[in-house]
Amino acid sequence: MSTQRIVFVGVGGQGNLLASNLLGQAALEAGRHVVVSEIHGMAQRGGVVESAVLLGEATSPIVSNGEADVLVAFEPVEALRLLPKANKDTLVITNTRPLPPFTVAIGMAPYPEPEKSVAYLQKKLKKVVAFDGQDLAEKALNPLSLNMVMLGALFASAKLPIPVKTMKKVIRSQTKKRFVESNLKAFDLGFQAAA
Amino acid sequence: MDVLLSPSGGKQHLLLGNEAIVRGALEAGVAFATCYPGTPSSEIPDTLYRLRKSHPDKVKYYFEYSTNEKVALECAAGAAAAGLKTLCTMKHVGLNVAADPLMTLAYVGTNAGMVILSADDPSLFSSQNEQDNRYYARQSGLPMLEPAGPAQAKEMIKYGFDISEQLKTPVLLRTTTRVNHAREAVPFAKLAPVKTKAKFSKAPMQYVTVPAVSRNLHLRLLRIQNQLRGISEQSPFNTISGRGSWGVVTSGVSANYVQDAVADLGAKGKIKVLTLGMSWPLPEKKIARFLKSVKKVLVVEELEPILEEALRAIAQENGIKVPIVGKLKGQVPAKSVDLEPPVFFSRAFEYTPRLVRQAMADCFGLKAAAKPELSLADMPAPPGRPPNLCAGCPHRATYYAVKQLLGDEAIYPSDIGCYTLGLLPPIKAADYLICMGSSVSSAGGFSRATDQKVVSFIGDSTFFHSGITGLVNAVHNNHNFTLVILDNGTTAMTGHQPHPGVNTQAIGDSTTHIPLEPLIRGLGVQHVTTIKPLKVRSSMKAIEEAVAYKGVSVVISQELCPLFARRVAPRTRKPFQVVEAKCKRHMDCINKVACPAMYVESGQAKINAQQCIGCALCAQICPENAILPVRD
Repeated sequence: MSTQRIVFVGVGGQGNLLASNLLGQAALEAGRHVVVSEIHGMAQRGGVVESAVLLGEATSPIVSNGEADVLVAFEPVEALRLLPKANKDTLVITNTRPLPPFTVAIGMAPYPEPEKSVAYLQKKLKKVVAFDGQDLAEKALNPLSLNMVMLGALFASAKLPIPVKTMKKVIRSQTKKRFVESNLKAFDLGFQAAA
Repeated sequence: MDVLLSPSGGKQHLLLGNEAIVRGALEAGVAFATCYPGTPSSEIPDTLYRLRKSHPDKVKYYFEYSTNEKVALECAAGAAAAGLKTLCTMKHVGLNVAADPLMTLAYVGTNAGMVILSADDPSLFSSQNEQDNRYYARQSGLPMLEPAGPAQAKEMIKYGFDISEQLKTPVLLRTTTRVNHAREAVPFAKLAPVKTKAKFSKAPMQYVTVPAVSRNLHLRLLRIQNQLRGISEQSPFNTISGRGSWGVVTSGVSANYVQDAVADLGAKGKIKVLTLGMSWPLPEKKIARFLKSVKKVLVVEELEPILEEALRAIAQENGIKVPIVGKLKGQVPAKSVDLEPPVFFSRAFEYTPRLVRQAMADCFGLKAAAKPELSLADMPAPPGRPPNLCAGCPHRATYYAVKQLLGDEAIYPSDIGCYTLGLLPPIKAADYLICMGSSVSSAGGFSRATDQKVVSFIGDSTFFHSGITGLVNAVHNNHNFTLVILDNGTTAMTGHQPHPGVNTQAIGDSTTHIPLEPLIRGLGVQHVTTIKPLKVRSSMKAIEEAVAYKGVSVVISQELCPLFARRVAPRTRKPFQVVEAKCKRHMDCINKVACPAMYVESGQAKINAQQCIGCALCAQICPENAILPVRD
């Protein structure tokens, strides 16, 4: 079996490390070989947070430029920033709700319109799934569940060797009790948005 | 119960490298653990601390966050000399702080197993340098183990305790970020029983390192190194895999990249790989046999060409003529790794699977099928997203007050912590930083060498770590500067670990709280003021007086880190809003403080009420008083 390389990117606080960790747990549960890597530290103060999940034979914990099979971006300009990891066959799944950095607020740099970012992704890649994931998280009555929305969209649009019910089982057992229902709802909304 | 404390073996669990290291230490029966936190090592002590707190009845080991790495290692050395199985962890630069005890602890040895973990950070994800701590094994004469991933890290720490126990010598375990912060399935074994108390047997002629004793101890160390060479020849972590007439020698996380590359290049049967998990002392005989058995050798190791040089020496000694290829001498990547990874083996930055695959293909004349990267020259530039002080962070208020008074003219030596982020515009309050504690000591140099005002910044944890001796020096030598201690009541940057200045009651610890102000007065500082930085006007007045004082003055800027406060002392303050009818668009709130809760929409400053924690800094600096609490 070849390796599927999935890279998650988001902004500190959006919960992409939890998403990659849960996906890793689900892979293990499904009997798949999996390696996950994370970058902690400085990134947590509102910076860019990146993580990767490698499903299959690979033992290397990271994904080189040009070699991601799937990019899951929690923020539209972060999808652009991570584009060097992609090749023309890469599936990109992106939330379209902007989270402008303070460099934009203080006028150091312009923020590209989300529509333009998505149009650029579509120009460069064959498969782009773009939707307002934050809106779905709010519909699930849990604004912090964007990570579950994005996981749902990942399961709907990438052919993962992990059953959806295994992923849901892990969400049920590994996320905080009072958020389990809204997390599962968010997962489903993300799944439907990308299906 | 936490899975890490599961007494039985058999199952496997997805663990972070640092959690796997903790599990390995528990399976080895660790009784005593000390540390100073630092990325990428922090989750090791944090996990030990968390488990001890959440399962006081199940956890048998003693654990402490020590004030710095030197203290942690010396404390651990005492416990190991007494006879307890001991773990001491730190980040790579921490081992510099602990280098003094390390070098002579290597002479003295231990009476129980002892593992010292150094977490290196190739590519400087969150460090001030990317030094290669493999040199410390060679410098100290201590054995070194280097795992390729979490599962191996768990096995290696147990193996390290075994070797240490057998030879009564500390063992170094060197990880890198990609091992500490990777997750994979880790098979569990049973937990070992823990010996929690020892009785120290006096042997001053072994433990008191006066010259006459140390001369003998050096010979002891050299004898142990001879034994270690034999162990390294037989080590299950020094392995040869695959067959072929080409050879690759590797260690650490790179072993994964090599393994994947052999598969991706379809080179099974062509390349054999020598992986050196026990990377010091080297298994010289095994290496010589390997070198003799191949036609060409590529060395795949991040950072310094340590193995490469050793291989050349071994080849020369054994009259082996095989070509050995590795780093390209003198080649420097054109750009920093943030922009693009190097395309050849450089001494700078971490390697990637693609780089290793390509280098192996080039070296052995194979074809690497790589998907072409996208051409992104026409991409709309993503705006920079550097890490930033959080909304409501009190450091921002302190920086604002100092900068309002002294502008860009004064020199601002800084230190290691969240507040280093004050480097960036618009705050720009960091001018010099080399290591922990350097803010205090370098300030003396700056103030003597120039006629400029010097105001240095240090965090509370860093002050306890290595600011105190510098401050004593400054008072004693009559230096002239102001030290601002940014006292947010926790070790914020690395994840809110306690330190001696933390309100231990609030976090439910039984350790002793050491308040800063009496300590600093006790050090002989005459001018000491404690301010509440979110009260801007009174803070500015206090800072102005401190800066005017001739000699060493200290301002303690005291306000809890809001992320930490949310956990230990939750407050409800109303978020603020910009009242647009009053706002005359001076933009001071945007341009002078860069709070992430503020943004501009069609030229109008606005506040994101979700992010605003009501610190009221912006409200106090608005010349029109146009920023007010949100009304219900």
